[in-house]
Amino acid sequence: MAGTPIVIVGAGQGGMQVAASLREAGFDGPLTLVGAEPHPPYDRPPLSKRYLNGEADAAALALRTPEFYQTQNIDLRTGTRAVGIDRAHRVVVLDSGAALLYERLVLATGSIPRCLPVPGADHSDVLVLRTLAEARSLRDRLAEPRRVAVIGAGFTGLEVAAAARTAGHEVTVIEALDRVLARAVSAPVSRHVTRLHRGRGVSILFGRRVEAIEGDPDGPLRGVRLAGGENVPADLVVVGIGVLPDTALAESAGLAVADGVVVDEYLRTSDPAIHAIGDCALFPSPYAADPLRLESVQNAVDQAKCVAQYIAGDGLAAQPYRAVPWFWTDQYSDKIQIAGITTGHDRVEVLGEQEQGRFSVSCFRGDRLVGVESINRPAEHIKARRQLAATGDLAGAR
Amino acid sequence: MATITYRHPDGTTTVLDVPSGSNVMRGALANGVEGIEGECGGDGICATCHVYVEHCPIAFPPADENEDELLDCTASPRRDNSRLSCQLPITDELSTLVVLLPEKQV
Repeated sequence: MAGTPIVIVGAGQGGMQVAASLREAGFDGPLTLVGAEPHPPYDRPPLSKRYLNGEADAAALALRTPEFYQTQNIDLRTGTRAVGIDRAHRVVVLDSGAALLYERLVLATGSIPRCLPVPGADHSDVLVLRTLAEARSLRDRLAEPRRVAVIGAGFTGLEVAAAARTAGHEVTVIEALDRVLARAVSAPVSRHVTRLHRGRGVSILFGRRVEAIEGDPDGPLRGVRLAGGENVPADLVVVGIGVLPDTALAESAGLAVADGVVVDEYLRTSDPAIHAIGDCALFPSPYAADPLRLESVQNAVDQAKCVAQYIAGDGLAAQPYRAVPWFWTDQYSDKIQIAGITTGHDRVEVLGEQEQGRFSVSCFRGDRLVGVESINRPAEHIKARRQLAATGDLAGAR
Repeated sequence: MATITYRHPDGTTTVLDVPSGSNVMRGALANGVEGIEGECGGDGICATCHVYVEHCPIAFPPADENEDELLDCTASPRRDNSRLSCQLPITDELSTLVVLLPEKQV
């Protein structure tokens, strides 16, 4: 494999892990890691948690020291974007004009926040939270008292709401559906999280559709206008209505793309010289009936390791991707963890003390355990992961 | 800053200077030390940064209820000196530290 150039597009958690794992596996050929953001790879989850509340600064978020990339001979190119792939000649073209030859290419391009398609959403006090630069904007604006409207009661929106409320800001969460985290967790967990926020003084509005963000384009915001004429006063709006896979590069290269870059169980795209991992990849999973896309550190890291093993062994030591999906969120001091894919469950069993906020919810589809949600029960979460790894194969249910 | 010796199960060691404000897990991850996974990035929920503290001149903050619960489900056996390294802060008072890495984290 020496001399075989490998290019990784996307220097987030997944891209960085491919590079690190390739070196760990003994790959000693040329290795280039291309990232659009100006920073070396950093830890993204704290952006809506410890970074936002000031416990961690930007330097503490670096996934590796600068020396790591030098000693591991990883050619890290930040602040530059891959704009094209010439598959016939195996060349990646960067916006700088540079062309990188590859023998194998890994796409770890991640995802981009969904835009709010309403008038006024382009105001400078309407923010999304995906990157360190966006987190810095948000943190700067939270330095003085604000009336914050969070649009979307997903993980990111609620973590921002928790951080802002803890810092003393007035916070209103506006959600289109009838419960928080509706696409991600069971009803008992939604109820618990809603209680947590309301108990801290966050106002949550359900079943509301945003019509416009109102304010002076060159001055302060006034608020959020909802369908029906209701108005939520706000001088800062954070939009957290989900993300879309960043598939532009893959599409322009003619790779198969659906809701993500389509890959097989070895995370190979429709061009076997090109892999895709992390948020941007639509992959088959033993834990779900249909191909899925997951936006999580776990998925990015485990897929990165899987691809690194494939490439380092030139496909001979390849293992299909089978890691148990898991996810976590911090809401105030509560830790909420999900093991497995609970989407589409039809029955739940609640174990533990719901009133005390320490409980687990086992989610079933038919007789089959598809996932476990744990509230402040980390040991239960780890047990659930092990159980799912041992028994959770849903392939037979397809 | 502290000089941390990470002892690997195969008998080799990695010695690193880790700055104050960091922690024993982050020091290992940032420098690519194998044997510490830190899957949750230090949030204290995954039990994949387990270490055995062999020599420490100062007293670390004791394990809280959460860490205690997680130490009961580490992949390698819990011992009296087991800790989650994300919960071990590097401070100016800490000069040296020796930790043994377990056989496995996952």
